Amino acid sequence: MGLLSKKDAALITDPLADNNPITIQVLGICSALAITAQLKASIVMAISVLFVMGVGNVVISAIRNIIPSKIRIIVQLTVVAALVIIVDQVLKAFAYELSKELSVFVGLIITNCIIMGRFEAFALGNGLWRSFLDGIGNALGYGVILIIVGFFRELLGSGTLLGIPVLGDPIAKTGLYSIGYENNGFMLLSPMALIVVGIIIWVQRTRNKALIED
Amino acid sequence: MSNKTESNIYTVIFAIGMVIVVGALLAFTASSLKERITENKRLEKQQNILYAMGVNENTENSASFVSTEKAPELFNQYIKQQLVITNGNEIKEDENAYLIDVKKEQDKAKKGGERQLPLFVGVKEGKSYYIAPIRGKGLWDAIWAYVAMDEDMVIQGAYFDHQAETPGLGANIKERFFMDDFIGEHLMSNGEFKGITVSKSNADPTNNDKKDHEVDAIAGATITGDGVAAMIKKDLALYVPFFKSLN
Repeated sequence: MGLLSKKDAALITDPLADNNPITIQVLGICSALAITAQLKASIVMAISVLFVMGVGNVVISAIRNIIPSKIRIIVQLTVVAALVIIVDQVLKAFAYELSKELSVFVGLIITNCIIMGRFEAFALGNGLWRSFLDGIGNALGYGVILIIVGFFRELLGSGTLLGIPVLGDPIAKTGLYSIGYENNGFMLLSPMALIVVGIIIWVQRTRNKALIED
Repeated sequence: MSNKTESNIYTVIFAIGMVIVVGALLAFTASSLKERITENKRLEKQQNILYAMGVNENTENSASFVSTEKAPELFNQYIKQQLVITNGNEIKEDENAYLIDVKKEQDKAKKGGERQLPLFVGVKEGKSYYIAPIRGKGLWDAIWAYVAMDEDMVIQGAYFDHQAETPGLGANIKERFFMDDFIGEHLMSNGEFKGITVSKSNADPTNNDKKDHEVDAIAGATITGDGVAAMIKKDLALYVPFFKSLN
C-alpha cells in the first residue's frame, strides 16, 4: 500500500471489521437508531460523520499538547460543535437543498459518541496523519453498519430502497405483494434497529470467535 | 503533559481563548454568509408557493421544485395577487406578502395583537388557486405548509415541510405519497369548517373518499401527523371568513 505503512493501513481497516465502533465498541448506537429507517438518510449521515471525524481528529491532534486535561472534554465538544455549525452554515449558503436534508443530523453528529470517543482515545495521543486515518477509518466502520441497517429497515419496512419501490406496490397488490407479502411496519420503529445491529453482532462473532468476551 | 498545562490559571486562560476564537469564527461565518442564506430562504418560499399550486417539476414519485433561477420569473407570472387579511376580512394587497413571517404573526396573535394573514392568489390555465401558509408543531420542532385551495376550500395542492422531524417517519410528511393525499379533500362541510384529520383508523387507505375529512396517517409518526391536522384546523380556519366573502 505504497502510501500507507502496514500499521497505518490497519487504522483504516480495523474499524471496518474486528474493531468496528458500533458492533464491537458499541458506540454511536443512538444515532444508528434514529436515522436508519431510510437508506438515503443513512448514507447522508455516514458522509457527514466521515467529514466531521476526519477534520475533528486532525484539529484535536494538532492542539493536543496545549489542551488542559481538566477541560479536555469541553474542548472536544466545542471543536465538534463549531465544525458542524460551520459546515451547516456553508451548506445553507451554497447547497441549500442538501442543508435541509441534513438539518436533523446536525444535532445528532454533535452528540455522536464515536466522535468524542476517538478524540479522547486516539487523537489526544497521536500525530496528525495517524489521527486523520483513524478518524476516516472509524467513520467508515460506522457508516458501513449504518448503511447495512438502513438497507434492511427500508427494504423490509417500506418495501423501497432510496425511495424507489422494489417489491411492488402494496396498495395495488403487485409484485411480491400479490402473493400475500406485507411490509413489516415494526422495521420503521427504532427498536428494530437495535435488533438488526444485534444480528450483525451475532453474525460477526460467530465468524470470529476471538471477539467473544467471557 | 507538562505541568504548565495543568495549572488553574492556564486552564482558565485556555478556556477564555478558546471561546473567543471559536466565537469569532462562528460569528464571522454567520455574518459573511447571511445574505446568501436569506436569499436562499426567499427563493424557497416562492418555490413552495408555486409547488402548492402545481407549478413544479415533479416526476412520478419525487417532489421537486422549479429551479431557483426560474422561481422569481414564474412567481411573477403565476401569482396574480398577494393579499394580507386582517381582522377576518379587511383585505389589502402587498407585493411582499410572501415574506411575512407566519411564526411572528402567530406570536403576535398570542400576545393579543392583530395577526396578518397572507394569502396568494395564483392563476393557472384559467383556474384560480388560493394559497395560504400555515405553521404548527411536530414532534421535535416546527412544521409548516403551503396549502392551495379553490373558492370552496377544496384542497388543490399542498407542500409540507419540517425543521427536524425523524427521517423515515415524521419527515415523510414532505413525501409525495403523503402530500398528494390531501389533493381534492374538502375542508368545509355544509358551510362549516371541519379541517382534515390525519387518521390512523382511516378505513380508506387509497383515499377514494374526498369528503371524509381524513387522510391516511404515516406509521410511526403519530405526533407529527397530529401536528399536521392541528395546524390545518387552527390556521386554515382563520381564512374561512375570506372564502365565505368570495361566494
